[in-house]
Amino acid sequence: MANTRDVLSKGQLIGLAVLLAAACVLPFVVSNYRVFQLTLALVYAIALLGLNMLTGYNGQISLGHGAFYAIGAYVAAILMDKFGVPYWLTIPAAGAVCLAAGFLFGLPALRLEGLYLALATFALGVAMPQILKYKGFEHWTGGVMGIVIVKPEPPEWSGLTQDRWLYFVVLVCLVALFVVAWNLLRGRIGRAMVAIRDQPIAAQAMGVNTAMVKSLTFGVSAMYTGIAGALGAIVIQFVAPDSFTVFLSISLIVGVVVGGLASIPGAVYGALFIQFIPNVADQISKAAPWAIYGVFLLLFMYVMPTGVAGFVRIAGGRLRQRRMR
Amino acid sequence: MGRLLDVRALQAQYGPTKVLHGMDFGVEEGGITTILGANGAGKTTTLRAVCGMVRTQGEITFAGARIDGRATESIVRLGVAHVPDGRGTFVNLSVEENLRLGAHTRRDKTEVAADFERMYGYFPRLKERRRQQAGTLSGGEQQMLAVSRALMLRPRLLLLDEPSFGLAPRIVQELFEIFRVINQADRVSMLLVEQNAAMALRLADHAYLLETGRVLISGSAEELGRDESIRRSYLGY
Amino acid sequence: MDVLLHQILSGLATGGIYASVALALVMIYQATHLVNFAQGELAMFATYIAWSLVQAGVPYWAAFFLTVAVAFALGVVIERVIVQPVENAPILSVVIVFIALLVILNSLAGWIFSYTIKPFPSPFPSAPLFGNSYVTSHELGSIGVTLVVLALIFVFFRFTPLGLAMRAAAQNPVSSRLVGIRVGWMLALGWGLAAAIGAVAGVMVAPTVFLEPNMMSGILLYAFAAALLGGIDSPGGAVLGGFIVGVLENVVGSLIGTELKLTVALVLIVGVLVIRPSGLFGKVLVTRV
Repeated sequence: MANTRDVLSKGQLIGLAVLLAAACVLPFVVSNYRVFQLTLALVYAIALLGLNMLTGYNGQISLGHGAFYAIGAYVAAILMDKFGVPYWLTIPAAGAVCLAAGFLFGLPALRLEGLYLALATFALGVAMPQILKYKGFEHWTGGVMGIVIVKPEPPEWSGLTQDRWLYFVVLVCLVALFVVAWNLLRGRIGRAMVAIRDQPIAAQAMGVNTAMVKSLTFGVSAMYTGIAGALGAIVIQFVAPDSFTVFLSISLIVGVVVGGLASIPGAVYGALFIQFIPNVADQISKAAPWAIYGVFLLLFMYVMPTGVAGFVRIAGGRLRQRRMR
Repeated sequence: MGRLLDVRALQAQYGPTKVLHGMDFGVEEGGITTILGANGAGKTTTLRAVCGMVRTQGEITFAGARIDGRATESIVRLGVAHVPDGRGTFVNLSVEENLRLGAHTRRDKTEVAADFERMYGYFPRLKERRRQQAGTLSGGEQQMLAVSRALMLRPRLLLLDEPSFGLAPRIVQELFEIFRVINQADRVSMLLVEQNAAMALRLADHAYLLETGRVLISGSAEELGRDESIRRSYLGY
Repeated sequence: MDVLLHQILSGLATGGIYASVALALVMIYQATHLVNFAQGELAMFATYIAWSLVQAGVPYWAAFFLTVAVAFALGVVIERVIVQPVENAPILSVVIVFIALLVILNSLAGWIFSYTIKPFPSPFPSAPLFGNSYVTSHELGSIGVTLVVLALIFVFFRFTPLGLAMRAAAQNPVSSRLVGIRVGWMLALGWGLAAAIGAVAGVMVAPTVFLEPNMMSGILLYAFAAALLGGIDSPGGAVLGGFIVGVLENVVGSLIGTELKLTVALVLIVGVLVIRPSGLFGKVLVTRV
């Protein structure tokens, strides 16, 4: 089921190059607001890749990944606001904090399976805004009002606007993180992750250190989503507890399933869905936009239950069959 | 007497894997037919095909009506009871509840009550354990329960999938005696799939030998039982 | 001591609500191994229907029974039309369908009935029974109604042929087909019953929390936790879990204030699950490898 092959074919490499080139040209041909939206979509793609690693490849269902997104966002905001740390340093910092947080959460989670893990993570996702609003932390978190971040200035030599500069910063992070993920998933650890998902007992019998792999996966997954959170905070220039409600966690799991489980390109499809479909739904019906969004979800699940990536794979397979005749 | 069950050119598959490659067989009204063969020959699949539990091609006719392509529950309502391999007991329900479920589709309450007594008559041990959870019964008792449940339907055709499996020889004897009684007294036709060829051939009128999804040999049970070469090559005794 | 008693009794009242919704969740879980995330919104929507009937002048109890009937029908229709097409899809895809249902119902309710908070009538007198200071008449009445509903459900499943068939279909669909049970329709009936139970819960809780589209989300979470606490495959456990969670929520809330009430209660429940994952009364599943 994993969509990672050992070596990319020449056709695939060319395709990726074309895609990358298009991504680089895009911010120059669309409006500033669209660039902002696209940047956010890229941010979500990173977050979704993180969640997909945990849920798609490793089979641990998390309905509360918004919590790690929030942690990453707040780490970035607090470092920038209280300690004057430059924005690009906050990204690895957020990653490190979330890596630890995810690993630590993953340890007790080892005892929980399927439904129980889903509840525990869901509880985490629900509780996070309350924790962020807690009066005891207010000095750091800014309480209900949150923290406002100053938008980073693009360097002189780039000649880019703020929005375009941020777009490329996120794009570079995305490419780097995707390459790392691709390497990780097609290697030994990736195979161990999938083995644990499909046949946990057999995997253990073959010497896979199930506990370590599962906790590590949680950590890495949280790290990715935390980095996305930090980038998101920088792009939106604002963090507040109510930006990170359980709705965010639900959007993330929706994005992963609609995009395609256990699929790296799925992260991009899913991100585009959760970023743009709500707008489309809003345009169709101002009165009940979420009802339209729900209808979209239903349609996607009826037509492509394995997500867009799964649909693409099946369609590609059928095309190849027809060409071979 | 015509054929109660008539099957022609039956093919069956699990997903992309084809298991039955065109079978012709049947069960006479009031008769007992047995299907023999080694593991993996397709015996269980054959019974499942008759019940509509797998995808099939070909014609399956029961009491003059085509039943291929119909849903299992509607085939059952026509009077076909299936005792599956693994017995299919409702393990979390009591013995009595299992039997009651067998009569789920029937409306005649007094007759159902009478049938309860009849089953307890055939299998007194079930009566002792009637409030016990079915999953706690021994293998032999679960087999008796499975057969009783099927009979509570008052079926015209009884499909039996390896009823002797895992049972002590004495219990198998008792069971097959009861099959004979049911067939003669209640006029229930039977399609019996068995690995225990000797017992099956003693009970049945007609026999088919299955090999990798095809009917290899067909004939009266007596003939097959007498033929030394067939017995040694295919039936293992 | 006085206050504690009041908290406990109050907790039992909300616990009854949690118990009902938890039971609905377990019923669907037993049949499908899926948690119906849209259960709360179904209950909320049904409560709005009750409200509309009352607004139109229908007497309370007539509206109550009509609502329960409509909710039942709605549950059956939703199962046949929306859930059945994806019954063989991967689990997470079905979860997304439930989320979609949740979102659609929530949004429709807001659109049709507006988001303003509405008061909802209680059929019970406003004066407390015997003038006691521990529990209001509504809370007492709510516990009563909940218990009656739960008892009816118990009797239905234990002693009626249809109830037996539904239990069988949930436990072993393959064998159920072999005795002629129409498993698909049993599933639809299960959804109908779950929706009806949810409607009762919604109507009982609305007077206390006021009617608005998001009224059931916290309740659903607690019900979910209660079902897991009791053992997700145990209806009796779900009911007991519901009452425990209700009392726990109230007592904890009175100790540490309502701010972190949600967090602490959830932490406690998750803690229990870490110690005993199958819940208090669930079966510890031993699967052969």
